[in-house]
This record gives sequence, C-alpha cells and structure tokens, in this order.
Amino acid sequence: MASIIEIEGLTKSYASGFKALNGVDLTIEEGEIFALLGPNGAGKTTMISIICGIARASSGSVKVAGHDIVRDYRGARAAIGLVPQELSTDQFERVIDTVTFSRGLFGKPRNPAHVEKILRDLSLWDKRNAKILELSGGMKRRVMIAKALSHEPRVLFLDEPTAGVDVELRRDMWKLIGQLRETGVTIILTTHYIEEAEEMADRVGVINRGELMLVEDKTALMKKLGKKTLTVVLAERLDAVPAELAEWQVTLKGDGQEIEYIFDTQAERTGVSSLLRRLGDLGIGYKDLNTAQSSLEDIFVALVHREKAA
Amino acid sequence: MSLSNLRAIAAIYKFELHRFRRTLLTGLLVPVITTTLYFVVFGGAIGSRMTEVDGIPYAAFIVPGLIMMAMFTESIFNASFGIYMPKFTGTIYELLSAPVSATETIIAYVGAAATKSLIIGTIIFLTAHLFVDVPVAHPLAMVGFMILIAVSFCLFGFILGIWAQSFEQLQVIPMLLIMPMTFLGGAFYSVQMLAEPWRTITLFNPIVYLISGFRWTFFGKGDVGIEFSLIFVAGMLTICLGIIGWMFRTGYRLKK
Repeated sequence: MASIIEIEGLTKSYASGFKALNGVDLTIEEGEIFALLGPNGAGKTTMISIICGIARASSGSVKVAGHDIVRDYRGARAAIGLVPQELSTDQFERVIDTVTFSRGLFGKPRNPAHVEKILRDLSLWDKRNAKILELSGGMKRRVMIAKALSHEPRVLFLDEPTAGVDVELRRDMWKLIGQLRETGVTIILTTHYIEEAEEMADRVGVINRGELMLVEDKTALMKKLGKKTLTVVLAERLDAVPAELAEWQVTLKGDGQEIEYIFDTQAERTGVSSLLRRLGDLGIGYKDLNTAQSSLEDIFVALVHREKAA
Repeated sequence: MSLSNLRAIAAIYKFELHRFRRTLLTGLLVPVITTTLYFVVFGGAIGSRMTEVDGIPYAAFIVPGLIMMAMFTESIFNASFGIYMPKFTGTIYELLSAPVSATETIIAYVGAAATKSLIIGTIIFLTAHLFVDVPVAHPLAMVGFMILIAVSFCLFGFILGIWAQSFEQLQVIPMLLIMPMTFLGGAFYSVQMLAEPWRTITLFNPIVYLISGFRWTFFGKGDVGIEFSLIFVAGMLTICLGIIGWMFRTGYRLKK
C-alpha cells in the first residue's frame, strides 16, 4: 500500500513552553483505518489540526497525498475531509445548502447527484430541507460527516466521531465508516472509546504527552501485549488458594467459587494445562472454564501507566 | 495573489448574501427608517431654520453624509460579523481547512459585505429622493466613490472581526470611534462653518475627507479638495490590506 500521509518530526510548542507535540513521526497507508488513541490533552486534536491547516506546526513536515501542507496547501487540503470534535454548524442553514456550500468551498463543481448520494447514505435525505438547528445531536454529527465527504476526499479525519451519541447511532457510525473504507477512503479517527478502535481500526497509534508511544497493527498489538484470563469455576468453594498453586499466582474470586489465572498468550508455555493437571492432583473439581482476551483498553491503560511510572 | 479556487469565492459570497436575505426585512427597513428620521429631524426641523449651506439646500446637503454614515456602519458591521460568526460558532475550521487562499477569502467576505453595503447606500439614496431633490454632478465618480468606501470599510470591518474575541469588542470600535467621528466629520454641517481652532482640529478627522469627497461627487464642491479625499481612501485601503495580509500570514487570532 502507498502512504497517503507522511509526518516527520512534527512539533508544536506554545509560548508558555508547553509542548503539545514532540517530534512525531508517522506514516498512514492509503485505504486503512487508523485509530489514534490517547488520554485528554495527549496531542491527538493538535496533530489533526496541524495536518488539516487549522493550527501551525512549530517544526517538522507533513505531506498529504504527496503534497506538503504548507508549500502545496491546496493539493493537501483538497485531499482531506475533516469532522471535528465539536458540533460546529451553521444553525440557520438547510442541510442540503450547507453540504453544497462545503463542496463549493473545496473548489468542486456542483454535483447534486453526489450530494444526494451522501445525504441518502447518511440517512439525511429526508431532512435535506430542515434547518440544522431542528436536528438532534446525532443528526448534526451526520451533517458534519456529509460536509466532510462532499468534496470526495481521499482522507477522512474523524475527531471523536461518536462522542456524545447514543449506542445505536454509534453502531450506525461504525457501519458507515466500514462502508467508506470499502470506497477506498483512508480514515483516521481519534477516540476515547477503545472499543471503537478495536471494532474498526486496522492499525492503532497511542499518543501521550505529545509523543507517539507506539504504532502497531491492531491484531498484532493485541497478540503481543494481550493477556488472557482463565477463569475456573470450582465445583466447591475454597477458603484460600492452596499453597501448591503458588507457582501460577492465581487469585480467588467470586467468594471463593472461582480461580482466576492470567497468562501470556505469547509465552512458550501458557501454564494452562499444568494448572488444570495440578487442580486434578489436588482433588479440586471444577464445573466450568472460560477465557477472556484483554481488551485494547487494558493495553492502552497499561501503556499509559507504564509511561507515567517511568 | 492566488486566485485558483473561484468556486470557493462564489460559495462564500453566496453564503454571505444568503445570510443577508434571511434578514432582508430588517436589513432594508432599518436604514430606510433611520434615513427618514434623519430627514424629519435634520432636514425638516433644523433645515427649516438653516435653509442653505454653501449655496446648497440643507436637506440636500446632508444626503451624502447620511449615505456615508450608513455605509460606514453597515460595511463595518457586515464584514466584521461575517468573519466573527464562524469564529464564534466554530465553523471557521472548515474555511481554514479548505484549499482557499487568503486573497480568495478576503475577496469573498469583503465582496459580499460590500455588496450589502452598496445595496443599502443605494436604498438610502433613493429614499432621500422622496424628500428632496438631490442633484448628482459626477454620477460615475459617485458610484466609484461608494464602491471604494464600501470596500475600505469592509476591509476595516474584516480586521475588526478577526481581532474581536467577544461581541462587545465587535461593537466597541464602531460605536465609540466611528460613530462619533462621523458625526464630527461634517455629515450634517460644513467644516467651513466651524470657528477656529475647531476647524483645524476637525481636519485631523479622516472621516471629514471621506464625506467631503463624496459630497463633491454630488455638488462639485466639498470641504477639502477631492484629491485629498482620494488620498485618504487610498491610504485606508492600503493600510487595511497590509494589516489583513499580516493577519493571514501570521494566523493572528485565526489559527492556533
């Protein structure tokens, strides 16, 4: 895959001395869904703002679709669609007018058929003549996506796309993002909902205090850093963990009714079979077993905490 | 100067005029009513006691000043509001992230605001004709002067809109600076009527030169020579363009 965004040594410092970004290097491949994760104030929005032309970088360079965002800003910006975090809309405008306006702003000729398609895809066609102020928050978010897509961008930035929307709409949004990817649009999303990244992203980047801590293929990341938890539901309650199980560092849960064992999926020996054998040797019966993979959220929290500790 | 995204200019221009259409009734009625009131108060009440100024009937004499006063206010208001509102609502992100140059942005916003201002100036001119016979000695110069004034004050308003960080700041310069300077700039009287030292002091007010120049296009004479008026307009245009150019180059109060 060819790269569509190339970021080198991107830094953003403020007069106060605060560094929002500190030498970020990142390459985004065309057609992928890239999730940028990070706590509040990590630098996610700053990075997007610089790429899109809303903020100025202190140093470093960014190319979008081969165009430098400063020297060839027209080429770079024409390739980008942006849905910012805040619901910023012209409240008194009609839906169809604001989407048509966005297309013109990006220098594209009128194309009512394309605008209609976007509005239909986003379930906004019935609301096309409604003023934006009459719409719900979720619908306004869709209008912002429609505006961002109006000029047929190659890259779509979604800054916290599902912040404040209900579960159903969030699911719809995920579906829509999946559909967009199928059309070849590269999607970069920032999110607080780790499940969102887990559900959709091809690659994940974790940013904290202005530094990109890691960029990994999502599946590989979960494999590499993921832990699994084995829960053994006991046939009979235990008062304490037998000393013979100390080697596995198990914990007693569920009021003595469950034993929990955390193991590394990447380890040569997971210790699962030996634990079960030892339970049998000790005459501890069990009636159920289940395993759970640690989520991206667990991985993210662990990473951020690890850095804080360092 | 970079002008390759003409569609963006058209989109912003149409958007701004559409905003004007939404408030068409108040947008047009207010200047008509205000002008009528000025005619009743100044043209009727005072004009009956002061029949002529420089050989021009007083009611006709105040017409250029009234048009200028409305155009100053409308130009500043429309242009400052046009760029301040996207900043206030947050929709400025779209303009900043679009492939639009500073020149295209200025042409679109200032062009739209100047259009509105010219429409209002024309309406006041026509309304004045309902009350008094107003001769126009240099019609082409009058139109040209109106355009220059509209553009200059819209550029000034545009600067104000970028600078302002609250609605109060948006109002403070037009209300506390432009309005008093207009009243003291010979809108309703000739500077020649003032005694010294007020006459000399008044000549430090740039508005005097603008109103005088516009009055010259009507009656062929003004308080100061037309060449001085043109120098002041050109100076204002240049300074405003310079400030706006700097604002876009540095991203002053536009970009983080």
